[in-house]
Amino acid sequence: MDQFAVKVFVRLRPSVLDPAGEATKSASIKLGAEGIKSLRIGKMIEVKIEGNDENEVREKIDLLCDRLFTNTVIEDYEYSLEKL
Amino acid sequence: MDNFTVGVVVFPGSNCDRDVSWALEGCLDIRTKYLWHESSDLSDVDAIVLPGGFSYGDYLRCGAIARFSPLINALDEFVKSGKRVLGICNGFQILTESGFLPGALVTNKNLNFICDDVELDIVSSKGGWFNNVDEKQTIKLPIAHGEGRYHCDSDTLKKLVDNELIALRYKNNPNGSSFDIAGITNEKGNVLGLMPHPERACDEIIGGTDGLFTLKSLILK
Repeated sequence: MDQFAVKVFVRLRPSVLDPAGEATKSASIKLGAEGIKSLRIGKMIEVKIEGNDENEVREKIDLLCDRLFTNTVIEDYEYSLEKL
Repeated sequence: MDNFTVGVVVFPGSNCDRDVSWALEGCLDIRTKYLWHESSDLSDVDAIVLPGGFSYGDYLRCGAIARFSPLINALDEFVKSGKRVLGICNGFQILTESGFLPGALVTNKNLNFICDDVELDIVSSKGGWFNNVDEKQTIKLPIAHGEGRYHCDSDTLKKLVDNELIALRYKNNPNGSSFDIAGITNEKGNVLGLMPHPERACDEIIGGTDGLFTLKSLILK
């Protein structure tokens, strides 16, 4: 069995207002940062997982992303996968 | 109706379970039974309330973890049988996360946890959850939530409108909800989810009785 490190990035869909992102954007501007056009906050989930091969692990991660890590009504996801 | 029993679900982190039970038993003389979230035996309850609170600490997303409890798994059959399910606040969030109701509840537009009384228009009394005696009826119920902004895509919204599934709309939208939505039902009408707390408006001494009708309607067949 191989071990894989997976980083899942969860983002609010573009159509969903992100008030926390807006507030952070406003604070960033107050801090003096210029040129910020958009700021949105998501989350990152790190998983270490065993599997026979990458395809098997991807299947498991897809299931986790679709059914637990994200609510697809409001969120999108993408992930990177690295064999350890 | 003597033996009619409403199951009040208790998750780790529920905090309105006792309020719901008090309102049903003390104000309406309806028998209740607490159902621990790990139970999947719903055979001796006739209706179910998913109360407010912070199930599983609202980790990941509100209602996201609760969705995987044995009780929620068993709820599918219960709903299909036509029995009534009322999700209040966190209960509404659980019902959307688990797909019993469409859409999702996200962070309030102003980022505040809002604790207030709100005026609500009764849009539809599908399922008999509201006393819709005249077209412009409004009620006043308390809200208490940080993540109560109802969100859905435009197709879903159209479906909600066309099928009269929107039960309640805020008169003065406090949280940025799409279309001012405060509560919706499923197509059959036997599942209602709403952010306001009817159980906190069941006695004049605590500020109003506009929640009584909805709780009482749990005993409707």
